[in-house]
Amino acid sequence: MRIEIWGSRGSLASPGPRTLRYGGNTATVLVVGENGEHLILDAGTGIRPLGLTMPPHLPRVDILITHLHMDHLQGLGFFGPIYRSDIDVHVWGPPSITMSLHTRISRYLSPPLFPVRMRDMPCRLELHDVQPYMRIGNLRVRTDLVCHPGPTVGYRITNADGRSVAYLPDHEPALGVSTFPPSPNWMSGYDLMHRADLLIHDAQYTDEEYPSHVGWGHSATGHLAALATLAEVKRLAPFHHDPGHADEELDVLRADLAERTPAVEVLPGAEGARFDL
Amino acid sequence: MAQLPLELILTRQLASYLATPMFLVGPAGELLFYNEAAEAVLGYRFDEVVELPLAAWVQAFPLFSATSGQPLAIEEVPLARALQERSPVHGSIVYQRPDGERVAVDVTAIPLIGQGGKTLGAAAIFWVDVPEKQPA
Repeated sequence: MRIEIWGSRGSLASPGPRTLRYGGNTATVLVVGENGEHLILDAGTGIRPLGLTMPPHLPRVDILITHLHMDHLQGLGFFGPIYRSDIDVHVWGPPSITMSLHTRISRYLSPPLFPVRMRDMPCRLELHDVQPYMRIGNLRVRTDLVCHPGPTVGYRITNADGRSVAYLPDHEPALGVSTFPPSPNWMSGYDLMHRADLLIHDAQYTDEEYPSHVGWGHSATGHLAALATLAEVKRLAPFHHDPGHADEELDVLRADLAERTPAVEVLPGAEGARFDL
Repeated sequence: MAQLPLELILTRQLASYLATPMFLVGPAGELLFYNEAAEAVLGYRFDEVVELPLAAWVQAFPLFSATSGQPLAIEEVPLARALQERSPVHGSIVYQRPDGERVAVDVTAIPLIGQGGKTLGAAAIFWVDVPEKQPA
Protein backbone atom coordinates (compact mmCIF):
# COMPACT_ATOMS: atom_id res chain seq x y z
CA MET A 1 0.00 0.00 0.00
CA ARG A 2 1.40 3.37 -1.02
CA ILE A 3 0.43 6.64 0.60
CA GLU A 4 1.18 10.03 -0.91
CA ILE A 5 0.46 13.44 0.57
CA TRP A 6 -0.77 15.94 -2.04
CA GLY A 7 -1.98 18.58 0.39
CA SER A 8 -1.23 18.88 4.09
CA ARG A 9 -2.33 22.41 4.92
CA GLY A 10 -5.35 23.06 7.12
CA SER A 11 -8.11 25.64 6.92
CA LEU A 12 -6.94 27.61 3.89
CA ALA A 13 -4.55 27.06 1.00
CA SER A 14 -1.33 28.92 1.74
CA PRO A 15 1.04 29.04 -1.21
CA GLY A 16 4.12 31.21 -1.10
CA PRO A 17 7.78 31.30 -0.21
CA ARG A 18 7.13 30.54 3.49
CA THR A 19 5.45 27.18 2.73
CA LEU A 20 7.55 25.78 -0.10
CA ARG A 21 8.73 22.63 1.68
CA TYR A 22 5.58 21.58 3.56
CA GLY A 23 3.30 22.88 0.84
CA GLY A 24 0.31 25.17 0.66
CA ASN A 25 -2.41 22.87 -0.69
CA THR A 26 -5.18 21.73 1.64
CA ALA A 27 -5.92 18.18 2.72
CA THR A 28 -5.51 15.52 0.04
CA VAL A 29 -3.90 12.09 0.47
CA LEU A 30 -3.66 9.31 -2.11
CA VAL A 31 -3.74 5.66 -1.03
CA VAL A 32 -2.91 3.07 -3.69
CA GLY A 33 -3.62 -0.56 -2.85
CA GLU A 34 -1.74 -3.59 -4.07
CA ASN A 35 -4.51 -4.39 -6.55
CA GLY A 36 -4.55 -0.91 -8.02
CA GLU A 37 -7.25 0.53 -5.80
CA HIS A 38 -7.03 4.33 -5.83
CA LEU A 39 -8.46 5.96 -2.72
CA ILE A 40 -8.21 9.70 -2.19
CA LEU A 41 -8.65 10.96 1.33
CA ASP A 42 -10.31 14.37 1.20
CA ALA A 43 -10.71 16.69 -1.74
CA GLY A 44 -8.75 19.74 -0.68
CA THR A 45 -6.92 21.86 -3.20
CA GLY A 46 -4.23 19.17 -3.50
CA ILE A 47 -6.65 17.00 -5.47
CA ARG A 48 -6.30 19.21 -8.56
CA PRO A 49 -2.59 18.49 -9.19
CA LEU A 50 -3.19 14.88 -8.11
CA GLY A 51 -5.87 14.55 -10.79
CA LEU A 52 -3.34 15.54 -13.46
CA THR A 53 -1.23 12.48 -12.59
CA MET A 54 -3.96 9.84 -12.43
CA PRO A 55 -3.51 6.94 -14.87
CA PRO A 56 -5.44 7.77 -18.07
CA HIS A 57 -7.45 4.55 -18.18
CA LEU A 58 -8.04 4.13 -14.46
CA PRO A 59 -11.53 2.58 -14.28
CA ARG A 60 -12.46 3.66 -10.76
CA VAL A 61 -11.46 6.07 -8.04
CA ASP A 62 -12.89 6.38 -4.53
CA ILE A 63 -12.82 9.73 -2.76
CA LEU A 64 -13.28 9.50 1.01
CA ILE A 65 -14.28 12.80 2.56
CA THR A 66 -13.86 13.25 6.31
CA HIS A 67 -16.23 16.22 6.56
CA LEU A 68 -17.54 19.05 4.46
CA HIS A 69 -15.48 22.01 5.61
CA MET A 70 -14.18 23.80 2.55
CA ASP A 71 -10.53 22.89 2.99
CA HIS A 72 -11.56 19.24 2.52
CA LEU A 73 -14.01 19.73 -0.32
CA GLN A 74 -12.95 22.73 -2.34
CA GLY A 75 -10.91 20.77 -4.87
CA LEU A 76 -13.60 18.26 -5.82
CA GLY A 77 -14.90 20.24 -8.79
CA PHE A 78 -11.33 20.66 -10.05
CA PHE A 79 -10.45 16.96 -10.01
CA GLY A 80 -9.85 16.24 -13.70
CA PRO A 81 -11.13 12.64 -13.81
CA ILE A 82 -14.69 13.70 -12.94
CA TYR A 83 -14.83 15.22 -16.44
CA ARG A 84 -14.06 11.82 -18.03
CA SER A 85 -16.99 9.69 -19.14
CA ASP A 86 -15.14 6.37 -18.79
CA ILE A 87 -14.48 6.39 -15.06
CA ASP A 88 -16.50 5.45 -11.98
CA VAL A 89 -16.06 8.03 -9.25
CA HIS A 90 -17.37 7.03 -5.83
CA VAL A 91 -17.51 9.73 -3.20
CA TRP A 92 -17.92 8.63 0.42
CA GLY A 93 -18.54 10.84 3.42
CA PRO A 94 -20.66 11.43 6.49
CA PRO A 95 -24.33 12.31 6.26
CA SER A 96 -25.86 14.68 8.76
CA ILE A 97 -28.77 13.62 10.94
CA THR A 98 -31.31 14.81 8.37
CA MET A 99 -29.42 15.07 5.06
CA SER A 100 -27.59 12.53 2.91
CA LEU A 101 -24.06 13.18 1.72
CA HIS A 102 -25.46 13.81 -1.77
CA THR A 103 -27.75 16.57 -0.54
CA ARG A 104 -25.00 18.14 1.53
CA ILE A 105 -22.37 18.18 -1.22
CA SER A 106 -24.91 19.46 -3.76
CA ARG A 107 -25.09 22.65 -1.78
CA TYR A 108 -21.51 23.38 -2.78
CA LEU A 109 -21.36 21.80 -6.24
CA SER A 110 -24.11 23.93 -7.73
CA PRO A 111 -24.59 27.60 -8.63
CA PRO A 112 -23.92 30.14 -7.29
CA LEU A 113 -20.96 28.55 -5.47
CA PHE A 114 -19.84 26.37 -8.40
CA PRO A 115 -20.75 26.59 -12.11
CA VAL A 116 -21.18 22.86 -12.82
CA ARG A 117 -23.89 20.80 -11.15
CA MET A 118 -23.02 17.28 -10.02
CA ARG A 119 -25.58 15.78 -12.39
CA ASP A 120 -23.80 17.43 -15.31
CA MET A 121 -20.41 15.91 -14.53
CA PRO A 122 -19.49 13.41 -17.25
CA CYS A 123 -18.06 10.68 -14.99
CA ARG A 124 -20.22 7.91 -13.54
CA LEU A 125 -20.57 9.58 -10.16
CA GLU A 126 -21.98 7.84 -7.10
CA LEU A 127 -22.20 9.31 -3.63
CA HIS A 128 -22.42 7.13 -0.55
CA ASP A 129 -23.01 7.78 3.11
CA VAL A 130 -20.10 6.12 4.93
CA GLN A 131 -20.68 2.91 6.85
CA PRO A 132 -18.68 1.83 9.91
CA TYR A 133 -17.06 -1.00 7.97
CA MET A 134 -16.55 -0.91 4.22
CA ARG A 135 -14.49 -2.71 1.63
CA ILE A 136 -13.05 -1.09 -1.47
CA GLY A 137 -11.32 -3.69 -3.61
CA ASN A 138 -9.05 -5.58 -1.27
CA LEU A 139 -8.80 -2.70 1.18
CA ARG A 140 -10.83 -2.70 4.37
CA VAL A 141 -12.02 0.73 5.46
CA ARG A 142 -13.17 1.45 8.97
CA THR A 143 -14.87 4.75 9.73
CA ASP A 144 -15.93 6.36 12.96
CA LEU A 145 -17.16 9.73 14.12
CA VAL A 146 -14.45 11.86 15.70
CA CYS A 147 -14.53 15.01 17.79
CA HIS A 148 -14.71 18.01 15.43
CA PRO A 149 -17.51 20.53 14.80
CA GLY A 150 -20.19 19.04 12.52
CA PRO A 151 -20.45 15.47 11.29
CA THR A 152 -16.82 14.35 10.87
CA VAL A 153 -15.29 10.94 10.49
CA GLY A 154 -11.80 9.50 10.55
CA TYR A 155 -10.69 6.55 8.43
CA ARG A 156 -8.53 3.51 8.96
CA ILE A 157 -7.52 1.64 5.82
CA THR A 158 -6.07 -1.83 6.13
CA ASN A 159 -4.64 -3.92 3.32
CA ALA A 160 -4.73 -7.70 2.91
CA ASP A 161 -1.45 -8.02 4.85
CA GLY A 162 -2.91 -6.19 7.84
CA ARG A 163 -0.93 -2.98 7.30
CA SER A 164 -2.93 0.06 8.20
CA VAL A 165 -3.00 3.81 7.83
CA ALA A 166 -5.22 5.93 10.08
CA TYR A 167 -6.30 9.33 8.83
CA LEU A 168 -7.74 11.87 11.28
CA PRO A 169 -6.90 15.26 9.77
CA ASP A 170 -9.30 17.31 11.90
CA HIS A 171 -9.59 16.10 15.45
CA GLU A 172 -9.84 17.68 18.87
CA PRO A 173 -9.94 14.75 21.30
CA ALA A 174 -8.82 17.03 24.13
CA LEU A 175 -12.00 19.11 24.04
CA GLY A 176 -13.55 19.10 27.48
CA VAL A 177 -11.11 16.52 28.85
CA SER A 178 -9.68 17.64 32.19
CA THR A 179 -6.67 15.31 32.15
CA PHE A 180 -5.39 14.39 28.71
CA PRO A 181 -5.12 11.72 27.51
CA PRO A 182 -8.14 9.97 28.99
CA SER A 183 -8.28 6.16 29.15
CA PRO A 184 -8.59 4.53 25.72
CA ASN A 185 -12.31 3.82 25.99
CA TRP A 186 -13.01 7.55 26.51
CA MET A 187 -10.66 8.76 23.79
CA SER A 188 -12.22 9.97 20.54
CA GLY A 189 -10.66 8.17 17.58
CA TYR A 190 -8.77 5.61 19.65
CA ASP A 191 -10.00 2.52 17.81
CA LEU A 192 -9.11 4.03 14.46
CA MET A 193 -5.60 4.88 15.59
CA HIS A 194 -4.71 1.92 17.79
CA ARG A 195 -1.43 0.37 16.61
CA ALA A 196 -1.73 1.84 13.14
CA ASP A 197 1.39 1.47 11.02
CA LEU A 198 1.00 5.10 10.03
CA LEU A 199 -1.11 7.80 11.63
CA ILE A 200 -1.80 11.00 9.70
CA HIS A 201 -3.21 13.37 12.29
CA ASP A 202 -4.19 16.95 12.96
CA ALA A 203 -1.29 19.01 14.32
CA GLN A 204 -2.64 22.49 13.75
CA TYR A 205 -1.53 24.29 16.89
CA THR A 206 1.42 24.63 19.18
CA ASP A 207 0.68 24.13 22.87
CA GLU A 208 0.86 27.91 23.29
CA GLU A 209 -1.66 28.56 20.51
CA TYR A 210 -4.24 25.99 21.59
CA PRO A 211 -5.83 27.80 24.58
CA SER A 212 -7.12 30.57 22.33
CA HIS A 213 -8.56 28.04 19.85
CA VAL A 214 -10.40 25.62 22.14
CA GLY A 215 -13.46 24.21 20.39
CA TRP A 216 -12.20 24.96 16.88
CA GLY A 217 -11.76 21.24 16.32
CA HIS A 218 -7.99 20.80 16.24
CA SER A 219 -5.10 19.43 18.24
CA ALA A 220 -1.95 20.86 19.73
CA THR A 221 1.47 19.26 19.64
CA GLY A 222 1.16 18.00 23.21
CA HIS A 223 -2.17 16.32 22.48
CA LEU A 224 -0.73 14.62 19.41
CA ALA A 225 2.28 13.36 21.33
CA ALA A 226 0.08 11.95 24.08
CA LEU A 227 -2.47 10.28 21.83
CA ALA A 228 0.13 8.77 19.49
CA THR A 229 1.88 7.27 22.48
CA LEU A 230 -1.34 6.01 24.05
CA ALA A 231 -2.50 4.50 20.75
CA GLU A 232 0.93 2.90 20.20
CA VAL A 233 1.15 3.99 16.58
CA LYS A 234 4.34 3.08 14.76
CA ARG A 235 4.77 6.12 12.53
CA LEU A 236 3.23 9.54 12.74
CA ALA A 237 2.83 12.23 10.12
CA PRO A 238 1.64 15.54 11.60
CA PHE A 239 -0.90 17.08 9.25
CA HIS A 240 -3.38 19.91 8.73
CA HIS A 241 -0.76 22.55 9.34
CA ASP A 242 -1.95 25.98 10.33
CA PRO A 243 -1.86 28.44 7.39
CA GLY A 244 0.26 30.76 9.50
CA HIS A 245 2.99 28.21 10.19
CA ALA A 246 6.02 28.62 7.94
CA ASP A 247 8.35 25.77 7.02
CA GLU A 248 10.85 26.62 9.74
CA GLU A 249 8.15 26.61 12.40
CA LEU A 250 6.92 23.23 11.21
CA ASP A 251 10.47 21.86 11.46
CA VAL A 252 10.54 22.96 15.10
CA LEU A 253 7.09 21.48 15.73
CA ARG A 254 8.14 18.14 14.26
CA ALA A 255 11.36 18.06 16.28
CA ASP A 256 9.39 18.85 19.44
CA LEU A 257 6.94 16.07 18.64
CA ALA A 258 9.73 13.58 17.98
CA GLU A 259 11.35 14.42 21.31
CA ARG A 260 8.08 13.81 23.14
CA THR A 261 7.33 10.51 21.40
CA PRO A 262 10.50 8.43 21.55
CA ALA A 263 8.61 5.23 20.71
CA VAL A 264 7.07 6.69 17.57
CA GLU A 265 8.80 7.55 14.32
CA VAL A 266 7.75 11.08 13.41
CA LEU A 267 7.78 11.79 9.68
CA PRO A 268 7.29 15.07 7.88
CA GLY A 269 3.63 15.51 6.96
CA ALA A 270 4.63 17.48 3.90
CA GLU A 271 3.19 17.81 0.43
CA GLY A 272 5.11 15.33 -1.74
CA ALA A 273 5.80 12.89 1.10
CA ARG A 274 5.39 9.23 0.19
CA PHE A 275 5.11 6.26 2.52
CA ASP A 276 5.13 2.58 1.67
CA LEU A 277 3.41 0.15 4.03
CA MET B 1 -10.60 -1.84 26.28
CA ALA B 2 -12.88 -0.86 23.40
CA GLN B 3 -13.55 2.78 22.65
CA LEU B 4 -17.04 4.01 23.38
CA PRO B 5 -19.11 5.75 20.70
CA LEU B 6 -18.26 9.42 20.23
CA GLU B 7 -21.78 10.43 21.28
CA LEU B 8 -21.17 8.92 24.74
CA ILE B 9 -17.72 10.46 24.99
CA LEU B 10 -19.13 13.90 24.23
CA THR B 11 -22.05 13.38 26.63
CA ARG B 12 -19.60 12.60 29.41
CA GLN B 13 -17.59 15.68 28.57
CA LEU B 14 -20.73 17.81 28.68
CA ALA B 15 -21.80 16.21 31.96
CA SER B 16 -18.43 16.86 33.54
CA TYR B 17 -19.00 20.60 33.07
CA LEU B 18 -22.61 20.77 34.23
CA ALA B 19 -23.67 21.77 37.71
CA THR B 20 -26.80 19.71 37.09
CA PRO B 21 -26.45 16.17 38.43
CA MET B 22 -26.12 13.81 35.46
CA PHE B 23 -25.81 10.03 35.25
CA LEU B 24 -24.79 8.15 32.09
CA VAL B 25 -25.35 4.50 31.22
CA GLY B 26 -24.53 2.32 28.22
CA PRO B 27 -26.95 0.36 26.02
CA ALA B 28 -27.39 -2.47 28.56
CA GLY B 29 -27.90 0.01 31.39
CA GLU B 30 -24.34 -0.37 32.64
CA LEU B 31 -23.08 2.63 34.59
CA LEU B 32 -20.52 4.60 32.59
CA PHE B 33 -20.22 7.89 34.43
CA TYR B 34 -21.82 10.37 36.77
CA ASN B 35 -20.65 13.88 37.37
CA GLU B 36 -19.56 15.78 40.45
CA ALA B 37 -23.03 17.21 41.03
CA ALA B 38 -24.45 13.69 40.98
CA GLU B 39 -21.75 12.59 43.41
CA ALA B 40 -23.12 15.16 45.85
CA VAL B 41 -26.61 13.66 45.55
CA LEU B 42 -25.57 10.02 45.63
CA GLY B 43 -22.96 10.35 48.38
CA TYR B 44 -20.35 8.36 46.49
CA ARG B 45 -17.55 9.63 44.32
CA PHE B 46 -17.67 8.08 40.85
CA ASP B 47 -14.11 6.84 41.27
CA GLU B 48 -15.27 4.78 44.27
CA VAL B 49 -17.97 3.07 42.26
CA VAL B 50 -16.61 2.89 38.69
CA GLU B 51 -18.46 1.01 36.01
CA LEU B 52 -21.15 -1.42 37.18
CA PRO B 53 -23.82 -3.47 35.39
CA LEU B 54 -27.41 -2.26 35.73
CA ALA B 55 -28.38 -4.80 38.39
CA ALA B 56 -25.30 -3.97 40.45
CA TRP B 57 -25.72 -0.21 40.51
CA VAL B 58 -29.45 -0.44 41.21
CA GLN B 59 -28.47 -2.48 44.26
CA ALA B 60 -25.64 -0.12 45.21
CA PHE B 61 -27.90 2.94 45.03
CA PRO B 62 -31.10 2.05 46.95
CA LEU B 63 -34.09 3.52 45.13
CA PHE B 64 -37.67 3.61 46.33
CA SER B 65 -41.04 4.55 44.93
CA ALA B 66 -41.95 8.11 45.86
CA THR B 67 -45.56 7.06 46.30
CA SER B 68 -45.46 3.64 48.00
CA GLY B 69 -42.03 3.79 49.60
CA GLN B 70 -41.30 0.29 48.26
CA PRO B 71 -37.95 -0.55 46.63
CA LEU B 72 -37.94 0.04 42.91
CA ALA B 73 -37.66 -3.00 40.69
CA ILE B 74 -35.01 -2.71 37.98
CA GLU B 75 -37.63 -2.31 35.27
CA GLU B 76 -39.13 0.65 37.17
CA VAL B 77 -35.89 2.62 37.29
CA PRO B 78 -36.27 5.64 34.94
CA LEU B 79 -32.99 4.99 33.11
CA ALA B 80 -33.91 1.34 32.51
CA ARG B 81 -37.34 2.40 31.28
CA ALA B 82 -35.87 5.01 28.93
CA LEU B 83 -33.67 2.33 27.39
CA GLN B 84 -36.45 -0.23 27.20
CA GLU B 85 -39.06 2.16 25.82
CA ARG B 86 -36.65 4.28 23.71
CA SER B 87 -38.47 7.36 24.92
CA PRO B 88 -37.99 9.98 27.64
CA VAL B 89 -39.13 9.10 31.13
CA HIS B 90 -39.77 11.50 33.97
CA GLY B 91 -40.39 10.19 37.43
CA SER B 92 -40.22 10.90 41.12
CA ILE B 93 -38.22 8.54 43.29
CA VAL B 94 -36.60 8.43 46.70
CA TYR B 95 -32.90 7.70 47.11
CA GLN B 96 -31.31 6.43 50.30
CA ARG B 97 -27.92 7.99 50.81
CA PRO B 98 -25.02 6.08 52.44
CA ASP B 99 -25.77 7.79 55.79
CA GLY B 100 -29.35 6.47 55.67
CA GLU B 101 -30.99 9.79 54.82
CA ARG B 102 -33.72 9.50 52.22
CA VAL B 103 -33.96 12.28 49.65
CA ALA B 104 -36.68 12.97 47.13
CA VAL B 105 -35.36 13.18 43.59
CA ASP B 106 -37.11 13.88 40.32
CA VAL B 107 -35.40 12.09 37.45
CA THR B 108 -35.56 12.88 33.75
CA ALA B 109 -34.05 10.09 31.68
CA ILE B 110 -33.56 10.17 27.93
CA PRO B 111 -32.33 7.48 25.56
CA LEU B 112 -29.29 8.46 23.51
CA ILE B 113 -29.98 7.49 19.92
CA GLY B 114 -26.95 7.62 17.66
CA GLN B 115 -26.64 7.96 13.92
CA GLY B 116 -28.34 5.06 12.20
CA GLY B 117 -30.93 4.88 14.97
CA LYS B 118 -28.85 2.73 17.31
CA THR B 119 -29.51 3.06 21.04
CA LEU B 120 -26.15 3.94 22.51
CA GLY B 121 -27.20 4.39 26.10
CA ALA B 122 -29.20 6.79 28.23
CA ALA B 123 -28.59 9.84 30.37
CA ALA B 124 -30.50 10.98 33.42
CA ILE B 125 -30.66 14.35 35.07
CA PHE B 126 -31.58 14.54 38.75
CA TRP B 127 -33.73 17.34 40.07
CA VAL B 128 -33.19 17.55 43.80
CA ASP B 129 -34.72 19.74 46.50
CA VAL B 130 -38.12 18.85 45.10
CA PRO B 131 -41.10 18.93 47.47
CA GLU B 132 -41.82 15.61 49.17
CA LYS B 133 -44.52 13.71 47.34
CA GLN B 134 -47.49 12.85 49.52
CA PRO B 135 -48.79 9.30 49.28
CA ALA B 136 -51.96 9.16 47.20
